[in-house]
Order: sequence, then structure tokens, then C-alpha cells
Amino acid sequence: MTRLVLSACDLQIGFQPSRVSRKVVASGLNLDLHGGEFVCLAGPNGVGKSTLLRTLTRLQPALGGEVRLSGRPLREYSSKELAGLVSVVLTGQVEVNAMRVRELVGLGRFPHTGIFDSRSQEDERAVENALALTDVSQLADRFVQELSDGERQRVMIARALAQEPLLLVLDEPTAFLDLPGRISIMHLLRDLARGRGQAVLTSTHDLDLAMRSADRIWLMNRGGSIAQGSPEDLVLSGQFGHTFSQANLRYNMSTGQFEEEHAGARPVVLRAEGLAGAWTAHALRRAGFEVLVEGAEYLPLIEVEGQGGANCWRLTWQGVSRELSSIYALLSALLE
Amino acid sequence: MRPRSDLTPAASKPLHKGWIIALFVLILLAAFVLSLSLGSVSIPMRQVFGILSGKPAFKESWKTIVLDFRLTKALTAVLTGAALSVAGLQMQTLFRNPLADPFILGINSGASLGVALAVLAIGTTGSILLAGISTAGDLGLALAASIGAGLVLGLILLVGRRVKSPITLLILGLMFGYAASALTSLLIYFSLPERIQAYTVWSYGSFSGVTWSQLRVMAPVILAGLVLTVFLPKPLNALLLGEEYARSMGVNTRLTRVLILLSASILAGTVTAFCGPIGFIGVAVPHLCRNLLRSADHKLLLPAVGILGAALALLADAIAQLPGSQYVLPINVVTSLFGAPFVVWVIIQQRKGRTSFSV
Repeated sequence: MTRLVLSACDLQIGFQPSRVSRKVVASGLNLDLHGGEFVCLAGPNGVGKSTLLRTLTRLQPALGGEVRLSGRPLREYSSKELAGLVSVVLTGQVEVNAMRVRELVGLGRFPHTGIFDSRSQEDERAVENALALTDVSQLADRFVQELSDGERQRVMIARALAQEPLLLVLDEPTAFLDLPGRISIMHLLRDLARGRGQAVLTSTHDLDLAMRSADRIWLMNRGGSIAQGSPEDLVLSGQFGHTFSQANLRYNMSTGQFEEEHAGARPVVLRAEGLAGAWTAHALRRAGFEVLVEGAEYLPLIEVEGQGGANCWRLTWQGVSRELSSIYALLSALLE
Repeated sequence: MRPRSDLTPAASKPLHKGWIIALFVLILLAAFVLSLSLGSVSIPMRQVFGILSGKPAFKESWKTIVLDFRLTKALTAVLTGAALSVAGLQMQTLFRNPLADPFILGINSGASLGVALAVLAIGTTGSILLAGISTAGDLGLALAASIGAGLVLGLILLVGRRVKSPITLLILGLMFGYAASALTSLLIYFSLPERIQAYTVWSYGSFSGVTWSQLRVMAPVILAGLVLTVFLPKPLNALLLGEEYARSMGVNTRLTRVLILLSASILAGTVTAFCGPIGFIGVAVPHLCRNLLRSADHKLLLPAVGILGAALALLADAIAQLPGSQYVLPINVVTSLFGAPFVVWVIIQQRKGRTSFSV
């Protein structure tokens, strides 16, 4: 068993704007996080993911219960001690002007330097190391404002790594990235946890991505309760469907995808194999058809012929057979 | 990675930046000499240096002009420029707002209210006191302005320790400023024209009203405000990422905020008390330094803005003298005339880049 890094016992989170009023977001939370583990905190928007992360990193106080870091209550740490153990990447973009990447990453050494911030060789090494781990060494002398969103997010992670923490906490680090960017950030985080024995905790509303990379998922429900487990366990226990269930949206346990439920979906029969068959089915579902493998004679029948780039779609319906050259043409013909 | 040859790479930056700072120092020295040799009475440069080194002057009046008028004025300009620029830089970083200036929290409105009270309200009831104020070489005005600025400073510090976000503080500061300005307007509205004239002259700003005895108060206070900033480069750098990141890096943001407010308010308040409200230096110089040094590091920026601010205040004063004429322009007219186009330029420059506004 790996080392327990963070644990929460009967934790209550929320806001306390004044002495009398308090807004509880979630309570009775029991959580644990181990070294070398990559955990995704998932859940619908507005459920309190940020509040939980901010409470676990002491950016805001807990309303009740206790958080322990390395076995010691979080509140007992001095702010400098805590900064040496926990680093964060907050949600949203950081706007800085005239600051180079190496300088920004170097800010992460603050908990390790004195009041005049003089740097030792060890500090320099930690910065270069963080740049290398996040694969941004070649950007080190660029200005931060010139980077793309994905590059900038890597630099922010490098800054957090330069702090050399036991626990790295990120709030929606993939929010404004494109799909390849999101995947690369998630894989980076997973590798950081595996390779360095750090605990990495990130919130995300991208369930698909969390499924693919997380060791464990903390699934936060609308009521504020959290289900923990490996992504697959949570699927099998039906937790995903429960958490994200909405009208017209159904969690398909076998594909791991959310599917729209169409009330009056028209059935069609698709006889096709391979890649072309899979994408044809995808297109038909997207257009609101129910895709069947076998069906009555009177239903539209679609067959895919040909291989590689040269496919042909044969639509047989009401005794008429037509050959169509693309999926787009097929859908147009069906929707006529 | 695509090559970006148009961006300056790591071409020995420390040396490069060292030269820029050295250039700032040279400009400062040149501006200081220029300021001593310019004025409505023309005094040869050699005589100016002779008087400064303690040699007997060609005319006794020249000695008085150089030592008691031009030297005090030049020193005042140096202190003012450095104080306002350093205070402005701190405010811009604390509020992460490129248009923040030393007076954004209403320090000068407080000072103005103090002066308005002294000149307008007290003046109307006790003309003896007003006479006392003017004969004491404006020491009374400085005192009144100090009290006004000090009250606002106290309020800001009181609130500054409690509020959570710097933006709340910014809004409260603006409100203090509006309230103080409103009271000042009220006083002006009910005042006699000749009293208003005295207030208006103060509000134009001037480096020349400061005497040696006033400098003995002003210089140590400003130096104290500047010395406070020696401890601030590290937390200021952390604050560039915002208060939350600063806290996550172990910075005591409450203490830092109080120190920044204390330092900036002392600097801005003292300047306003002795020279009147001097605009634009505090907002323009930090931008100029960031652009020239291409750096956001406060270890570099704090000394750099101090030196460049002092130099620019001296140059503004030199322009205000209107060399070759008998007229002297109010210093605020010069700083604003040159400062306003500059701020416009900064805004356009920042809009050109792909970043939005940032410090």
C-alpha cells in the first residue's frame, strides 16, 4: 500500500459569509488520496468541485470535520510549510505581461527561498527539472503572453511542480483546451503521479477523459455526496448514470458514452461492418435514427459496400434501391 | 516547435538589463544638472558647480538661488518622482490593474480635503490662521494635507486587513475618494473666489514651494517608505499571479497587503502633502520601465522605476521652467500633457498584442 497523502474525515465544505449565515455545499465527506495516485474529481457543473479542492488546499476554510495532510491536521501547518507540500493550478487564465516562462516557473520556488528570494543551485535545478517534465524546456525564454493556451497550461503545471509538492491539485486544467490538448494534459498528469510518486488530484467535467486516464474517480453528486472508485467500478455500479442523469440523456454502460434519447426515433436496419459501418451507425444515431441489425422488410435497409476510401451506401426502401456516395448523401436521402 | 526568430531569445539578459539601469542613472544625473542650471535667472554652469562645492559665488544672490531654490527643487523632484513611481508600481501589481496609480485609493482626495478645509473653511472664519499658513511657507498646507491623507490611509489600512479581495479594497478606496472629493467640492462651492484661488494653486502641484526645513521632514519620510519596499519584491512577484496563487506559494498576503498599502500611501501621501497632487508619473513610469526592461521582476523594476521616475520628474520640471522665458508652468500641466498621450499609447500597444490587459 502506498503512502496516505491526504485524508478527509466527516468534512463539511461551503461558504460562511458572516458569523450567522453559512451555505453548506457538501457534508459528511470521507476521502483519501495516496502517493503515486491520479484521481479525477468529476461531477456536473456547479456541484461544488472547486469548493472541495479549495478546502482541501486550505484556500478556504472547512466548515466542519478535518483534513489531514501526511497524517497531520491541515490547519496546523504554517502557510510556508503547506506551500512546500501542496501546489495548485487554479481555474482560469493567468494574465501576465513581460514575464518569461522560466521566471513564471521559478515563482514556484517561493516556499523554498528566503525573504529576498535568492536562488540556490538546487532551486535552479528544480526549475529546469519542472520545465523538462512538462516538456516546455524549449519555451523557457519565451514570454508567457505569447504562448498558446495548451502551452500556457503546461507552464502553469511546471510552476506547480517546481514547488516540489507531495500533492498537486488542479482545478479544471483542461477547460479551454482542444481535444488533443486535453488528452495530452491528462496523460501528463497521470505520468507525473506514476513516475514521481506524487499524488495528483484534478477536477474535470470531462468524464470521457477522466475515464481514460484516472486511477480513481471521485464522483460528486448534486446532493454533495461523493462516490469513490476506479472508473470501471463506478460504471458497473451505475453511479455514472445516477450522477449525470438528465431528461433525454442516457448513459450507455457498454460504450461509456452519453446518448441522447429521441422520443420518436425512426428505426433503420444497418448491415455493415468495419470502420465505415461504425461511422455510419454514428451518423444515423446523431440524426435521430434508431439503428437495428435485423428488422422488418418495410424498414429502410442500409448496406455499405466497398473498402478503404471508396465506399458506397446502398439504401433500399419502399422497393426502391439507391446508391449513395457519402454518408451526407445517405442522411439527406433518409430525411427527404 | 515552430521557430520564432522575431522574439528576443536569451541573449545575455542580466548584462543587457544592467546597461539599461546604468542608462537610467546617467539620465537622472544629467537631468539633475540640467535642473540646477535652468531657471529664470541665467547662471553659468561653472558657477553652479562652484557654488555646490562651497566656493564663493560671483554674486551672492546666485548662491541663494542655487542652494535655497534650485537645489531644494531638484531634490524635491527626485524624491517625488521616485516616490510616485514606486507607489504606482506597487498599486498596479496589488490590483493587477495597468491603470492603477498611487492615488487610486483616494490618498490625494484626502489630502485635497485637508487643504480645502485649511484654505477654504478655516480661512473664512479665521483670516489670521490663513495668514499664518501662507507666511509659514506652506508648512500649514503640508500639515493639513498630511492629516487628510493620513485619515484616508488609516481607513484603508483598517479596511485592508479585513476585506478578502483586493478588488473590494479598490472599490472602497474609490468610494473614499469620491466622498472626500464631494466634501471638497462642497467647500469650494461655498467659498470666496480668492480662497478658491489659493486652493487651485496648490492643486496644480509644484516642486518649488518646498524649503529646506520642509525637506528635512519630507525626505526621511519618503526614504522610509522606499526602504519598506526592500522587503517586497518577492511577494510582489508572487502577486503577479493573483492573491490566491500567492497564498498557495506560502506568501502571507494579509501582511504583504498591509505593507504595500503602508508604503505606497506614505509615499503618495507625503508627496501630495508637500507638492500637491502630481498626476501621471505614478501610472506612466511603471509601464515605461516594464516595456524598456521587458521584465515583470520587481527585484529589477522597483529600483528601475525609482530612478527613472526621479529623472522624469526632473525633466518635467525643466520643461515647466520654459527655458528662456520668465514663465513657469504648473508641474501638473506638464506631467499630464505628456502623460496623457503616453497612457493612450500604452493602451493601444497592449490592445495590439494578443494579450488582454495585464500588469
